Amino acid sequence: MKTTPTSSKTSRRKTAQCVAFSLLGLGSLFGFFFLAFIVFWIVRQGAPAITWEFLTQAPRRMATEGGIAPMIVGSIYLTLGSLIVALPFALGSAIWLSEYAWKGWWVRAIRIGVNTLAGVPSIVFGLVGLSLFVYTLGFGVSLLSGACTLAMLSLPILIRASEEALRAVPRSFREGSLALGATRWHMIRTVVLPAALPGILTGSVLGMARAIGETAPIMFTATAFMLTQPYPHSLFDKVSTLPYHLYALVQFNPYYNETKPIQYGIVLVLMVVVTLLNLTAIVWHTRARRRKAW
Amino acid sequence: MVGWQSLGTPNGTEVGGVSAARINAAKDWVERTFSGETILAIERLDFFYSRSQALREVTMDVPKDGVTAIMGPSGCGKSTLLRTLNRMYELVPAARATGTVLFEGENLLKADPVVLRHKIGMVFQRPNPFPKSIFDNVAYGPRVHGVRNRKRLLPIVEDALRRAALWDEVKDRLRESAFSLSGGQQQRLCIARALAVRPQILLMDEPCSALDPKASDRIEQTARELAETLTVIIVTHNLQQAGRVSDHVAVLLAGGELAEFGPTHSVFEEPKDPRVADYLQGRFG
Repeated sequence: MKTTPTSSKTSRRKTAQCVAFSLLGLGSLFGFFFLAFIVFWIVRQGAPAITWEFLTQAPRRMATEGGIAPMIVGSIYLTLGSLIVALPFALGSAIWLSEYAWKGWWVRAIRIGVNTLAGVPSIVFGLVGLSLFVYTLGFGVSLLSGACTLAMLSLPILIRASEEALRAVPRSFREGSLALGATRWHMIRTVVLPAALPGILTGSVLGMARAIGETAPIMFTATAFMLTQPYPHSLFDKVSTLPYHLYALVQFNPYYNETKPIQYGIVLVLMVVVTLLNLTAIVWHTRARRRKAW
Repeated sequence: MVGWQSLGTPNGTEVGGVSAARINAAKDWVERTFSGETILAIERLDFFYSRSQALREVTMDVPKDGVTAIMGPSGCGKSTLLRTLNRMYELVPAARATGTVLFEGENLLKADPVVLRHKIGMVFQRPNPFPKSIFDNVAYGPRVHGVRNRKRLLPIVEDALRRAALWDEVKDRLRESAFSLSGGQQQRLCIARALAVRPQILLMDEPCSALDPKASDRIEQTARELAETLTVIIVTHNLQQAGRVSDHVAVLLAGGELAEFGPTHSVFEEPKDPRVADYLQGRFG
C-alpha cells in the first residue's frame, strides 16, 4: 500500500481551511453576540421605564420624574426640519451631478468634497453651525439653527442616495423622452424624477435615521437642558432631543443614580425609533423594487 | 503645370470659382428636393466616436414617403447613421458628426435638436415605454408641446394608437400601466407615442430585434401602412425584413462606408458593388 504524498498534503490543507473558517466564523459570531448583548441589556434596563406617562409627559423635578415627550417631539421636529432644509440642496446637486455634469476635474472636486463632508466629525458641524447659523445669521440657539446644522450633516447621505436613485433610471427612458422633443429639464421632471422617487425617499429616511441620533451638532445650536417651555412654539425656540437629554442626564444632572431607569428608557425609545426608520426604508425599497417593471 | 484650376474644375468651365459640375449637382438637388422627391439630403457625412470613425463620407438622398431601409453587417454604423438624423448621438460624449444633412432647407446638424425631434421621431431597439399609463405614454409628446387639456389629448391619443394598430387592443384599458402590455404591444405603443407628435419622418432602430416573429410581422405591417403618410427609415440586419418592408435600401459596409443605395429590388437583384453582392449572398446562405 502506497500513500501518495499528495494526499497527506491535501488533508493538511483541508485542516488549515477548517481552522481558518472556524476562526472567521467565530469572529462574525462575536459581532452578532455583541449586538445581541447591547439589545438585551438596553431592553432589560429600559423596559421598566416605558410607561404611558413616560412617553406623554414632560420631565419634572430635575428630570427624576415625568417623561420625555418634549424630547421625542424635539427629535422629530429637528430631523424633519433638517430633511426639509437638506432635500432641495441634495436633490439639486444630485440632479446636476448625474444628469448635467460631464466628467471633468470640477465634477471630481465636487464629488470628493461631498465624500469628505461625510467624514467630517459631527462636532465640527456643531461649531460651524454655532458660528454660522446661531451668530452670523442670527438664528440664535434654536430649532432652525439645529435643523440647518443637521442638514449639513445629512447632506452627503442624501446626495449619494439621490444620485444613485437617479442613475438607476434606465437610459432608455431618457432616450424615449428626448426623442419626443423634450428638453433635458422636461425629461428629468416628467420621467427621471418620478422613476427615482422611491429611491430618493428611501435615502431620505436613512438620512433621518442618521440625523436623529446625533448629539454633537445640536448641543451648541438647538438644545437646552432646562427648557423654559417644554414644546417649541416657533422656529426660533430651543428644543431638546432624545440623545441630548440623555447626555445632559448623564453628564450634568446631580441625580445620576435616580435617573438611571430614565436613561435606559431614552436609549430604548431612540433605538426603537431608529429601527423603525430603517425598517421603513427597507420596506419601501423592496416594495418599489417589486413594483417597478424595468 | 499643376495649379488650383486643375484640382477643382475637372471639366474646365467655372463660374465665380465654382465648377459647373457642382452647380449642376446643386441644381439637380434643388429640383429633386423641391419637387418633393427627397426629404433628407445627406452629403459627405462623417461621424467620429472620439478618435474612431464610424461613418465615412456618406452621401445619399432619402426619398420622401415610403420605407428606406439601412442595412449592413453589425458594427458598420447603421444605428449611428440613424441616430445622426435626429441628433440622438449627442447623448454620447465625444461623438461628433461633420458634413450636411439637409432637411427643410437647413442643415439639421446645426439645427436645434429639440425642435428637430418634433419633426423626426424615433422608435428604439427595445420597447421603452415610460412607467406610466398607456394614455400618458402616448400623451407624453403632445404634452411636451403644451397640449394639456384631456379633451384635446384624447383624439390625438386615439388617432396615434389607431395608426400604430393598437387602439382596438387597449381602448378599454388606457389607464393601465404600459408594462401590462406584451413586448410587441409595447413596441407598437412606442410607435404610437412617436406618432402623437405628428412627425414627418419616423426612424426605427431595429424595432423587431427584441420581438418574436409574429409581433415582428405586425410591426412590419404597421411600418408599411405608415409609409403612406410619412417617411419611415428603418435599420435592420434582417435581409428578408428589408426585402419585405422597404422601397429603397442603403447598404453600409464595415468602416461606415455607404456601398450602395437604390430601389430595394434593383439592389437585391443586381447589386453593382461586388462587396454588396457578397454580403447579400452570404446572408442568404
